[in-house]
Amino acid sequence: MSVQPQFVIDASYFAAAFLFIYGLKRMSSPVTARSGIVVAGVGMLVATLASFLYYFGVTEAAQPHLGTNVVLALVALVLGTLWAWWSGKRVAMTAMPQMVALYNGMGGGAAAAIAAVEFLRTSAEHQTVPLVLAVLGALIGSVSLSGSLIAWAKLDGRINKTWRYPGQQLVNGVLFLATLALGVYIVFVAHGHAPAALVAAFFGAALVFGVLMTMPIGGADMPVVISLYNAFTGLAVGFEGYVLQNPALMIAGMVVGSAGTLLTLLMAKAMNRSVSNVIFSNFGASDAGADGEIKGTQKPAEASDAAIQMRYANKVIIAPGYGLAVAQAQHKLYEFVKLLVDAGVEVKFAIHPVAGRMPGHMNVLLAEAGVPYDMIYDLEDINDEFKEADVAVVIGANDTVNPAARTNKNSPIYGMPILNVDQAKQVYVIKRGQGKGYSGVENELFYADNTNLVYGDAQKVMVAMIQAVKSLEGGGH
Amino acid sequence: MDLTTTLTGFVALYIFMLAAFTGYEIIGRVPAILHTPLMSGSNFVHGIVVVGAMYALLNATSLVEQVIGFVGVLLGAGNAAGGYVVTERMLEMFKPSNKAGEGGK
Repeated sequence: MSVQPQFVIDASYFAAAFLFIYGLKRMSSPVTARSGIVVAGVGMLVATLASFLYYFGVTEAAQPHLGTNVVLALVALVLGTLWAWWSGKRVAMTAMPQMVALYNGMGGGAAAAIAAVEFLRTSAEHQTVPLVLAVLGALIGSVSLSGSLIAWAKLDGRINKTWRYPGQQLVNGVLFLATLALGVYIVFVAHGHAPAALVAAFFGAALVFGVLMTMPIGGADMPVVISLYNAFTGLAVGFEGYVLQNPALMIAGMVVGSAGTLLTLLMAKAMNRSVSNVIFSNFGASDAGADGEIKGTQKPAEASDAAIQMRYANKVIIAPGYGLAVAQAQHKLYEFVKLLVDAGVEVKFAIHPVAGRMPGHMNVLLAEAGVPYDMIYDLEDINDEFKEADVAVVIGANDTVNPAARTNKNSPIYGMPILNVDQAKQVYVIKRGQGKGYSGVENELFYADNTNLVYGDAQKVMVAMIQAVKSLEGGGH
Repeated sequence: MDLTTTLTGFVALYIFMLAAFTGYEIIGRVPAILHTPLMSGSNFVHGIVVVGAMYALLNATSLVEQVIGFVGVLLGAGNAAGGYVVTERMLEMFKPSNKAGEGGK
């Protein structure tokens, strides 16, 4: 084994670790974010290319297979990269969360695969500490893989049912303990030389556990779950990095593990729920229908009337939700906003922390339409301004503007921070029909005295609003 | 373990601890508008797992190990490449208002 290739590998990994951290740091400000991902990308490229130098340092036993292995590695790299590149370029911005889930699951799977190869290497001498970490990484990585796939399928609308039955927690608990027992057996009884069938059973149980754990979680909670699995994969990668004595994996994995955990907590907090609550309880399952009596009626309004009132308002605040993006109306919305701004109206966007499908998702969707980020305000920064606003416009949002979260203790969303749109002088709600929100809760905002509803596809409504304002300028009424 | 094990015990613990604090510090001060791109960005960073999978595959000695190693590299490469493309597409769109004409205020 020559020394030089190993030195190049080590140096590249050091460079990669530096570039990852520096890149993530740059990603944490909107001004430098774009360059951050490029910096981190260079790190990945350097580390991957350097890894081919393992060619010069493989074990005796692997020498006869080296040619095949290199070809296999190249094919796998090219196939994986091409597929992911193609799918990543193609995916719509609205579908971003499930795509992140999918890529994340793949990372978890890769970490599990590393552990699997390690367990199968019966010739090697195994030490206890690396084995423990290998088993933990394998368990977490497998759960992350199958769990992320379920999360992807749910957000992508491929699975609509939340699958629940009595005693579910017990079944999941037993399965988890069984998986853990198999892991303990691999480490402390078999000392890493367990029969292949047992290793397979361990991975199978971990994968099934990931599925069972994710199935009962509702779609509204999926972003938190995806973020959690992102942290899981990071941990798994870090642990397998220890097994392989690879500092790049250890550092990158642990950075993501802790960053992902914090992000998960922030998301859960934004929804006013604890992470354990998300995973172990059933959101809005029991009493969604029990909040019946709401006084008042829903009052419809014409798009053109709403538009003209906004044209002559001093201050308009827009609260967009996922429905805006589903209707692909964000471009038309910004066109309308530009007309208002030209007419001297002060327009701001108010973003709820969980608007869209993940924190920050709505910002991405608005950015896609060209809305500058300094027109966009977080909930804490803008909530006191609604009472000064002449018009508040709700587009494709529902639960995030439901006053029941403030007032109705029986409501499943009680306690969640909401945008105070109901405090504006006039509220317009643009929505497709009379349906309920993602949580299935009735929204009393729609029945309030100062609320009018503009029914219709968000994109068509925006077109009508643009025409109304334009005809006002041009037609000379 | 076939490698010379040097990153064991407390050295490894130090690495894990410092890396964990680094991750915490990076995310802790991030505005909410960047949460989704950052989650995606951190998702890209753990794509480095592909490097570990390559080590496993290059050292494979049997067909089973080759198959698992192949799947590992395939998945890891997907994680890295997909994470990169998706993150870059999102971050590309963040622009301040002076670039986009007359702004809000």
